Amino acid sequence: MDGVDALFLARAQFGLNIAFHILFPTISIALAWYLIAFRVLHARTGAAEWLATYRLWVKVFALTFAMGVVSGITMSFQFGTNWPGYMLKVGNIAGPLLGYEVLTAFFLEATFLGVMLFGMQRVSTRVHILSAVMVALGTTLSAFWILALNSWMQTPAGHVMDGEALIAGDWLEVIFNPSFPYRFAHMMLASGLTASFLVAGLSAWRLLQESADAGAAKTLRAATLAAAVLAPLQIVAGDLHGLNTLEHQPAKIAAVEANWTTQQGAPLVLFAIPNELAGRNDYALEIPKLASFVLKHDFDAELPGLDRFVPDIPPVAPVFFAFRVMVGVGVLMLLLAWFGAWWLRKRAPPRWLLWCFAGMTFSGWVATLAGWVVTEIGRQPWLVTGILRTSEAAGRVGEAALGASLTGYALVYGVMLLAYIVTLTHMAGKGAEG
Amino acid sequence: MSFDLPLVFALLMGAAVLAYVVLDGYDLGVGMLMPAASDEEQDVMVASIGPFWDANETWLVLGVGILLIAFPAAHGYILGELYLPVAAMLVGLMLRGVAFELRVKAVGWHADLWNWLFWFGSFLATFAQGFMLGRYLTAFLPGWGYFLFSLMVGAALCGGYVLLGATWLVLRTEGALQKKAMAWTRWGLLWVALGVALVSLGTPMVSELVYARWFDFPETLALMLLPAASAAAWAWVWRALGRSDWQPFAGAVAIFVLAFAGLAYSVFPYVVLGWLTIWEAAAHPSALKVVLAGALIVLPFLVGYTVFAYRVFRGKAKAGLYGK
Repeated sequence: MDGVDALFLARAQFGLNIAFHILFPTISIALAWYLIAFRVLHARTGAAEWLATYRLWVKVFALTFAMGVVSGITMSFQFGTNWPGYMLKVGNIAGPLLGYEVLTAFFLEATFLGVMLFGMQRVSTRVHILSAVMVALGTTLSAFWILALNSWMQTPAGHVMDGEALIAGDWLEVIFNPSFPYRFAHMMLASGLTASFLVAGLSAWRLLQESADAGAAKTLRAATLAAAVLAPLQIVAGDLHGLNTLEHQPAKIAAVEANWTTQQGAPLVLFAIPNELAGRNDYALEIPKLASFVLKHDFDAELPGLDRFVPDIPPVAPVFFAFRVMVGVGVLMLLLAWFGAWWLRKRAPPRWLLWCFAGMTFSGWVATLAGWVVTEIGRQPWLVTGILRTSEAAGRVGEAALGASLTGYALVYGVMLLAYIVTLTHMAGKGAEG
Repeated sequence: MSFDLPLVFALLMGAAVLAYVVLDGYDLGVGMLMPAASDEEQDVMVASIGPFWDANETWLVLGVGILLIAFPAAHGYILGELYLPVAAMLVGLMLRGVAFELRVKAVGWHADLWNWLFWFGSFLATFAQGFMLGRYLTAFLPGWGYFLFSLMVGAALCGGYVLLGATWLVLRTEGALQKKAMAWTRWGLLWVALGVALVSLGTPMVSELVYARWFDFPETLALMLLPAASAAAWAWVWRALGRSDWQPFAGAVAIFVLAFAGLAYSVFPYVVLGWLTIWEAAAHPSALKVVLAGALIVLPFLVGYTVFAYRVFRGKAKAGLYGK
């Protein structure tokens, strides 16, 4: 079959797994910090509604965390099964970063999760809160290490060649590589927004069902306020991240802008159908010179186009569209968060506003996945920029085995995702008693 | 300072895999025993493993992680050869992990379905792990004989995990369920005796390398201590049932440690049997050093808070702990 080869299947499978996996840490990283807040509020005020709120959300967290663990175990195997060339070439750098993630983060979060979930009657309030802090610390550390590795692959630094393979020259340079601070901030804020809209959305869902205790109105307000603060921060972080990418991975930005030719005063393409064969945009709707201004803060500045990087350019259409989906959802989040925060300051939410929040429950997932597509497809054909191509890392697993396991994973992931969403809405409907 | 880093990492990996097999072994075993229990008993059984299973599975990530970090060439090769059983195991672990959370949250036939998936996932993951061990010992050679041998190891490992799970329940439950768990332990013991005997007979037949290792006088005489000690541990479990809550579990763990020691002795120093030794497959010393430094700092804390968690949940498990 045309185009369906082992490399494509290996990428499809890995992409499916990592996209499925990222859904759950994106929630659990920030939800862990929410849980600390709920737990501390209960300890401080003694109010029953905070306890009920904590109990409901700790169950959501447990389910989310379990989904993240089991899909994450899959990742640790697929590095070897799908990309053996990756470890051979850069294993001396990727290995230790992954190792530190397992050692410092995975055990910490998994062990204290047990105490946090089931230990409330068995340990003191102080130890219980400390356990919640350890879980949150674990999820955040985990994000730190995996984003250090991902950023290093995008903007490698601090390494030296040792024969065929790479070794680290300076670990601090490896970890704090040029794109790491931006990517880490962008991902943490993405997690904060995803969790906030989940908390707000499910709380709104509970208020709509009239099954809510007093906690639902409070969590809706708290999460909306958090989102109202995080959304503008995310726009700033995203902009800085974009400028950093322009400096280090200009081909990715050219794909985001669908800028085929290097030009002065490049237009901002609002919408177009990128035509990869002809190397131009069809049906383009653009604002003259704006891309140059946004990226260089000068209307006449020169922006490098894709022509400068041929043949090492990513597929343009997925990157172009995914970026617009991400920004579009981000703007919607900002508008709803600000409007909601203003409205909820003095008034109870009307049903239509609750429906807006309920409809945006999983909006963070859409934005995160779209951003993921931008950054991971945007760096193609490189797996490690300038060092290793994706095609060079592929393994020798046959198409039949890849196809069979891809089908199996897709089925299982479909069932898991459906079950997750149904269970969440079901739990929210039942409240903390269920 | 000269330091045999690959050897250190081989030991670390062995320790992580052994910890995984014992720890996730008991909770997979409990999962496989679910259909034999009543609904109320199932809730107690799940409560007995609820606080621990996440952390237990993390040992698998550590074991595979060390293989990936320290022996990258072997990681790609072994997991490429074991591609489909690995996928089956992962699907099993996924189904199980999700079913764990969802069986208490679902109602009606959904709850039945998740209960069934919990059992099925536990069984599939265990069988796949045993099958992988069989393929590993036969150096991934093609052929029906090797395939059947691997199936047999898969079945034997199911018996082993059932034994761990049953003795865990003897330790962590009381009353009628504990009585049942004692009966399950005896069945598990018989299953393990048969399984270990068949695998022990089969292994030197499928691997010349292991054959040479085992029947190389005079080391063979010292090696005979392992089966003798295993038999003693087996008898200890059988006799301790009904007299002690903790001894059967300790005995089952001892059987696993001894079997693991025997396997490690049989394959050392190979990481891929007959083809790749730990020194040939090792990553660059600079990478190994930085991981070792981290591991030496972190491992004491890890052991410390793991002991803390087990102390928090000591005593008999009660239904309703989970999901409340």
